[in-house]
Amino acid sequence: MATTAVSAESKNYLNAEYGIRSWLLTTDHKRIAILYLISITLMFFIGGYFALLIRLELLTPAGDLLTADMYNKAFSMHGQIMVFFFLVPSIPAVLGNFLIPMMVGAKDLAFPRINLLSWYVYIGGAAMYIWCVITGGVDTGWTFYTPYSSLFSNTHVVEACLAIFFAGFSSILTGLNFVVTVHRMRAPGMTWTRLPLFVWSHYATSIVMLLGTPVIAITLVLVILERTLNLGIFDPSRGGDPVLFQHLFWFYSHPAVYIMILPSMGVISEIVPCFSRKRVFGYTFVAMASIAIAVIGFLVWAHHMFVAGISLYSALVFSFLSYLVAVPSAIKVFNWTATMYKGSVSFSTPMLYAMGFIGLFTMGGLTGLFLACLGVDVHVHDTYFVIAHFHYIMVGGAVLGYLGGIHLWWPKISGRLYPEAWGRLAAIIVFIGFNLTFFPQFILGYLGMPRRYWDYSHMPEWQALNVLSTAGASILAVGYLLPLAYLLWSLRYGKIAGDNPWMATGLEWKTSSPPPTFNFEQTPEVTWEAYEYEKMPLPEEVTLER
Amino acid sequence: MANHTQHIVSSKLYWLIWLILIIATFLTAWIATIDLGPFNTVVALVIATCKASLVALIFMHVKYTSEKMTRAIVISVVFWLLLLLVLSLTDYSSRFAG
Amino acid sequence: MSDSPAIGETPLAIEHEARPELRHHFSDEQQQRNAASLGMWLFLGTEVMFFGGMFCGYLVYRRIYFPEFAVSSRSLDLVVGTLNTAVLICSSLTVAMSVRAAQTGNRKLQVPLLLATIFFGLVFLGVKGYEWNNKYKEHHIPTFDFSARDLMEKAGDRHVLGLDRISDSGQLQAREAEVQRHSQVFFSLYFALTGMHALHMVVGVGIFSVITWMAWKGAFTPEYHTPLEIAGLYWHFVDIVWIYLFPLLYLIDRRPGA
Repeated sequence: MATTAVSAESKNYLNAEYGIRSWLLTTDHKRIAILYLISITLMFFIGGYFALLIRLELLTPAGDLLTADMYNKAFSMHGQIMVFFFLVPSIPAVLGNFLIPMMVGAKDLAFPRINLLSWYVYIGGAAMYIWCVITGGVDTGWTFYTPYSSLFSNTHVVEACLAIFFAGFSSILTGLNFVVTVHRMRAPGMTWTRLPLFVWSHYATSIVMLLGTPVIAITLVLVILERTLNLGIFDPSRGGDPVLFQHLFWFYSHPAVYIMILPSMGVISEIVPCFSRKRVFGYTFVAMASIAIAVIGFLVWAHHMFVAGISLYSALVFSFLSYLVAVPSAIKVFNWTATMYKGSVSFSTPMLYAMGFIGLFTMGGLTGLFLACLGVDVHVHDTYFVIAHFHYIMVGGAVLGYLGGIHLWWPKISGRLYPEAWGRLAAIIVFIGFNLTFFPQFILGYLGMPRRYWDYSHMPEWQALNVLSTAGASILAVGYLLPLAYLLWSLRYGKIAGDNPWMATGLEWKTSSPPPTFNFEQTPEVTWEAYEYEKMPLPEEVTLER
Repeated sequence: MANHTQHIVSSKLYWLIWLILIIATFLTAWIATIDLGPFNTVVALVIATCKASLVALIFMHVKYTSEKMTRAIVISVVFWLLLLLVLSLTDYSSRFAG
Repeated sequence: MSDSPAIGETPLAIEHEARPELRHHFSDEQQQRNAASLGMWLFLGTEVMFFGGMFCGYLVYRRIYFPEFAVSSRSLDLVVGTLNTAVLICSSLTVAMSVRAAQTGNRKLQVPLLLATIFFGLVFLGVKGYEWNNKYKEHHIPTFDFSARDLMEKAGDRHVLGLDRISDSGQLQAREAEVQRHSQVFFSLYFALTGMHALHMVVGVGIFSVITWMAWKGAFTPEYHTPLEIAGLYWHFVDIVWIYLFPLLYLIDRRPGA
């Protein structure tokens, strides 16, 4: 018994093979997750660089640091990189890829070669996008609105569209793999109601990826055709309707918000019970809320277009439907809070991120209701209020969930513990920096500062809030760089984690850290329900004071 | 064990379906030339849907599969497609009304 | 441990050895085949939504530019379009029969049926090319010197377009320019839809070339013919897309009196 344990520990997915070939041709889902981790981190910092340019420009009312054109490119590329090359693949392609097969008790995803293909397609898209950035960039805004993108812009729209087409294809392949894996590869005894909520939320995400992404793919193809072959589908001078582009674009891009936030919710649903030492409150409701968000998310897209000239009746319908999404989201927030209630809560790093997530997501969600309301939306449309709202969801929600998940599963991924004190410090810095960056933007938006303006010298009284926001952004940057530094440090110097440092439930903690290439020595047989924390012992050294 | 979900359709049935599809193709082209008022489009779409259903049910074995998922996928995809079309049309059918 | 090595492993290894098509992470063929078929169905679902975006555009413009769409649709060749639909249906039959041949272990029939499929596919593409060439000659391809003039000549067409009810020459000119723009939208969608469909056909012919080669090598048995089966699903799907494209593009308004 002892010998097998030692041999299992020494032989894992990281040291099974060596050399660059063994990584680039791997079909091991865990190695592909690492490849994704490296590539999206790179894209995150490129996107972050453009955010830095935006914030520096807005430090002063005059348009002095960048030219107007350069500013247009900076916010366009910031948005496109962050949305399509970081947020959409972030949790699914890294944590989902790494964990879903283990969580359902499988040796690998259903289609390992397609999984590798999805990474190459992503890399193809990312490389094309970086090429587009280097050769002059794109200035359409992340939304590619026609007819500006198809007729007037003389930047690299075609390359950017193609790059995002590729990224979308990669995300379709990932979603397809997840759905088939969850349906077909579950270990004996792993029934649907025993699945971790992380798997449920990824299942819901995959539905959105599969049904939404093709629509934006064809829409971008039509924009490319309109630019290159002069087809007139969205161009009003050739009889087209630019609002049709917006319909098709938001049919994907609104549900895409749920592609970004649902996996994060899945991470939170794992962290909260683990660090409260309690079962998830209302498992079925949390699981079904994920599916409900995925479905209802498709019914609300035109609330992005209230002032674009759509019919008033249609706007009323979409305004009403938009309120519905709040219901399953609120169920989740309620259930996480109820899970913590009277739990034995420890404030370790992942839990700090989870608590940050719950607060910030609630604020982002509630301000979303302002925007769903037809009358209020007309007032704050295209102002910094909208910017603040979706950054509360995408950074305060999705990115905090991503960072929390990386910390929670870092011992499993690397076999080492990160330094806990540094982890907490970084989590607090991220939280403070984030609020300082984006809360002033709510006020700015309400005061009427429009988005996408690079010069506000006619309104110098906006400067104070903008200075706060830029200061916050620099704190936030420190909060992002710290984990990068100490996680890399921990790869070599971190304490050996052991198989289950958090004493968490879930099949991924029942195998060694790092896991062997085929995840389990034997196919596990599940005879217990999910989140039986009352039967788990408390973790020993890693948890500090309660 | 590996065989029990497979269903072998008789070649007679395949030929029959083929015949129906061919006839329906010529039928739809012929009916289009008759004035049915607003029902021309309806008839054309009904025939197309019947043809598509035959291909899916018989040629693609949706009728015979023991897989619940296949049917679930077909139904939900049709639902989502209608979602896209119908909700977009809520805009276009009333935008020019005023 | 060392003298009783790998109890339970050896039989499995031998089993896997004897079944080269079974990939390591599946427990049996049943699971593998179900996974492959589910994956293909999901992919076809995404394809429906991919075409769905264009169908949505089609529906919207057909609704707001109906007269122009009706007249433009009439300029397509109905006889050729109908026959081409029949060709595609024949190819679907041969695919279904080839899957059946694999299921029943009839090796001799597989290759001819698959070759027939490829042949029908190529015929379809050839006819499509012929139709596109005609459109090019009629100046109906957007950008390439597009002109809708010939759509405004026949009395019936002029009536549908409302041109015969306009007496003022300025208004007439404005309406004619409008018809020019709106019919260009129809042809943009026509080429986008049929082009994307043809692209899928080309990919299908490529896939079936590989499948035919595999069948030639005797790769498909009654127990294992998953690649043929899922390639067949793809082919039938492309057929279904055309079953809808045909009435939507060719049959918008063929009524004689209109």
